[in-house]
Amino acid sequence: MSTTVENVACPFCGCLCDDIIVETEGTKILKVKLACSSGQGIFMDYDPRPRRPLVHGSEVEWSEAVAEAARILSAADSPLIYGLSSSASEAQRKAVALADKIGAVIDSTSSVCHGPTGLAMQAVGEPTCTLGEVRDRADLVVFWGCNPDASHLRHFPRFSLTAKGTLTPNGRSDRTMYVIDVRPTGSSKKADHFLQIEVGSDYEVLTTLRLLVRGGEPSSDVVGGVPVAELKELAERMKSCRYGVAFMGMGLTMAPARQLNVAELFTLVAELNDHAKFSVIPMRGHGNVTGADQVLSWTTGYPFAVSFARGYPQFMPGEFTAVDMLARKAADAAVIIASDPGAHFPAAAAAHLERIPTIVFDHGPSVVAAKADVLFPTAAYGVDAGGTAYRMDNVPIPLTQVIETDRPTDEEILDRIIEAVD
Amino acid sequence: MLGIIGGRVYDPQNDKAGEIGDIWVKDGRIVPAAEVDREKAEIIDAAGLVVMAGGVDIHAHIVGGEVNAGRKLRPEDHRGKERAHSGSLRAGAGGTVPSTYATGQLYSELGYTTVMQASTAPLMARHTHEELEDTPNVDNGAFMVMGNNHIVMQSIADKQFDRARDYVAWLLQATRGYAIKLVNPGGVENWKWGRNVAELDDEVIGYGVTPRQIMETLATIADDLGLPHAAHIHGINLGRHTSARTSIETIKALDGHRAHLCHLQFLSYGSGKGHVHKSEAVAVAEAVNASPKLTVDVGQVVFGRATTMTCDGPLQHTLHNTAGGRWMNDDVEGESGGGIVPIEYKPGNPINATMWLTGLELFLLIDDPWKVFLTTDHPNAGTFSNYPQIIRLLMDRGYREEMIATLHPRARKGALLAELDREYSLGDIAVITRSGPARALGLKDKGHLGVGADADIAVYEERDDKEAMFARPRYVFKAGELVARDGAVLKQVAGRTYSVAPDYDPSIEDDLRAHFKAAYTVSYDNYAMLSGDGARIETVACG
Repeated sequence: MSTTVENVACPFCGCLCDDIIVETEGTKILKVKLACSSGQGIFMDYDPRPRRPLVHGSEVEWSEAVAEAARILSAADSPLIYGLSSSASEAQRKAVALADKIGAVIDSTSSVCHGPTGLAMQAVGEPTCTLGEVRDRADLVVFWGCNPDASHLRHFPRFSLTAKGTLTPNGRSDRTMYVIDVRPTGSSKKADHFLQIEVGSDYEVLTTLRLLVRGGEPSSDVVGGVPVAELKELAERMKSCRYGVAFMGMGLTMAPARQLNVAELFTLVAELNDHAKFSVIPMRGHGNVTGADQVLSWTTGYPFAVSFARGYPQFMPGEFTAVDMLARKAADAAVIIASDPGAHFPAAAAAHLERIPTIVFDHGPSVVAAKADVLFPTAAYGVDAGGTAYRMDNVPIPLTQVIETDRPTDEEILDRIIEAVD
Repeated sequence: MLGIIGGRVYDPQNDKAGEIGDIWVKDGRIVPAAEVDREKAEIIDAAGLVVMAGGVDIHAHIVGGEVNAGRKLRPEDHRGKERAHSGSLRAGAGGTVPSTYATGQLYSELGYTTVMQASTAPLMARHTHEELEDTPNVDNGAFMVMGNNHIVMQSIADKQFDRARDYVAWLLQATRGYAIKLVNPGGVENWKWGRNVAELDDEVIGYGVTPRQIMETLATIADDLGLPHAAHIHGINLGRHTSARTSIETIKALDGHRAHLCHLQFLSYGSGKGHVHKSEAVAVAEAVNASPKLTVDVGQVVFGRATTMTCDGPLQHTLHNTAGGRWMNDDVEGESGGGIVPIEYKPGNPINATMWLTGLELFLLIDDPWKVFLTTDHPNAGTFSNYPQIIRLLMDRGYREEMIATLHPRARKGALLAELDREYSLGDIAVITRSGPARALGLKDKGHLGVGADADIAVYEERDDKEAMFARPRYVFKAGELVARDGAVLKQVAGRTYSVAPDYDPSIEDDLRAHFKAAYTVSYDNYAMLSGDGARIETVACG
């Protein structure tokens, strides 16, 4: 007999849509309603069969794998713990506890996506809001260097474009939408105004907008390939809107000038609050990457790139970020939790990861999982494990266990390693 | 089992003002001497030492979304203030916004054992509870902000008082909250339009209700539901030269209700010469003295670094435009908002000096110590680690004079504080740091050393320098376990979270399900923490 679970949160992306309906029978998921195609995949493609852990490719008992992980970590001088963004905050908290106990460096996937956003926030602050405010109030939405049409498929209908709210009863027609990007995208096709800027000109365009908001006059007619008249129109709309929201993505964080781009946008948004109400929301990618920032901040004071090597937390992006730790050959063992740096890291970092012992937590196949010295095939949060995750606007959302499982969670295994390690 | 023998006991609730006495502990509670087997008990010789209940902080921002944004915002704040991993003690970051484990450890080192989280937007309640789980050594609870809540305001507009009351009761259960908190009622909603409120009868945009109506309604609901703590109010005009006037009007408007006005120092200013506020502590204290059901905490400014963080969004924007520098804002759908601005208070700044004077004047002009409690509105006016310095200022007039001499001349000139002779006694300190806040919170087992109380105990060596005395307790016990000695934490123990579960008409749930579909981006079932584990959560009775 099948069971229907309502109001399930989809753990795929930072939208954490929590209105999903899942039909299950025993350990099988029969049907998923309301989820986008990415979310469908999270549930429908999941292989719930329990698997045994692997040590050097051979199946072993869980206790043996825990003992081997503890042995590797006890022997390491400079262990690295990385990933976290597709795990629940309960497991993230355990990962920090492990780092604290063994003097590890701990970093999340933030450092290769919105790390610069965090640095910009530390530099200038961040006027933000929850996604419900966008839905209810926003009459001007600006998407800069992001493409939710491809990356966050329900962002437009649930929150930011066609969503209907108290002050936006007509949805799309109550909003003006801008996209600023270096190339046309699915999102730009939906925009009222698309400003295609030259690659690498984000900072210049943002600075020009700040100048225009202050009533200044740029010395040239074209900035970043865009006529100043169009930027003037945007600046005027920004100053006169009821509630404006800027969304920003990796088009800003991974373009030249990185955190300086983001800080310039955050400053522009802050200054706009002297004229209108304006907020900014970073488009966080992985389901609980925001939670990784939160958990690291409350346990260590810092959002990512934290070292416990001296017994207390130290924060230094560029030193304690995972790519840099690996590329510099500064890590001599790694715990990878629910991410795949083997597939996504620069060659030098990925190559070092192959040289050092790795302990991998993953519910499915990945490059690092295939080469792990110890592999824990744990449950997937939001599918066969419950927990807590944080939406891109920092709203905590419970993840539901929708099917029964014999798999342990990341949290349980981390707890056992913490017990076992010296 | 434990005996603390021969100490000078300051336990104002049980009329002990330094009498020599013994305290006996079994299973985490204080028991009669006859229940303890002296042969097996650990005996602490407290001869010559001062024995008090563990400290109770009625208002501090220690956990949750806003606090965590403050931690993340200020890496420079933690550097040089780190705490290393040691034995079972977790490492952490200190500074004005310490990490959770450090927060619990630092409170233990001060002899504090209970702390209330001053504000949480209900939508973010799960976050607050996650952090409370990671905050050791203090029992705790969280106040839920409701002063700009759409359902509350709509119910007032529709004259549906019962709906507002049932909703508030449901919300406290759904968020595992402890008390009703108001922050700039109406002003935060107006800030979402780029505006604020300035008078008790100003209108909230879109609702037509007023700050006065919101405060009266929520104070009435707190009474009707029999909540252990009164409505906890951060009023309108915080930091403005009109704040003393509107604070006094607020006290009058709340006449007949229980209420707690928090960090009143920030709301006790009038206009002085040359755009510098002046203290109106005399008038505000007079209003407090005349209101038998009112309690307040001060939010005393301490010179040095601080991080301002409140749900008062428009205030933080004003502060950002005044002070410059970094600014966080967060508008929370249907409920609240907030902001963060780092700051440093300096004695040479006439405005900062006036704020400092205003707080101390309130302490000394409010007659009954059971009505005024020690806080710094941590980390807004200073950190909780500064409490010993404030205790010294209250107990030592000579030290006050030394400090006054360092103030900016414009603030110092004619300051009333210099004329106030009053010095707090150790018994008074026990009231404003323990017994008074515990009583105002309705925590019957806290803040005293009578039989049945929780064995949360701080033992101090009496010294002339009261700052040194309170900064370094000889022993601190949490539920009978020694957690700190000689000002250094020894051990981490889990704290309890107190919540309330007032009754409501269950038909409100269908109403709210429909409302959530229309007005929230989170589903009713995922918002409410009505089921699930609550092992650490202890319900305090209403009524």
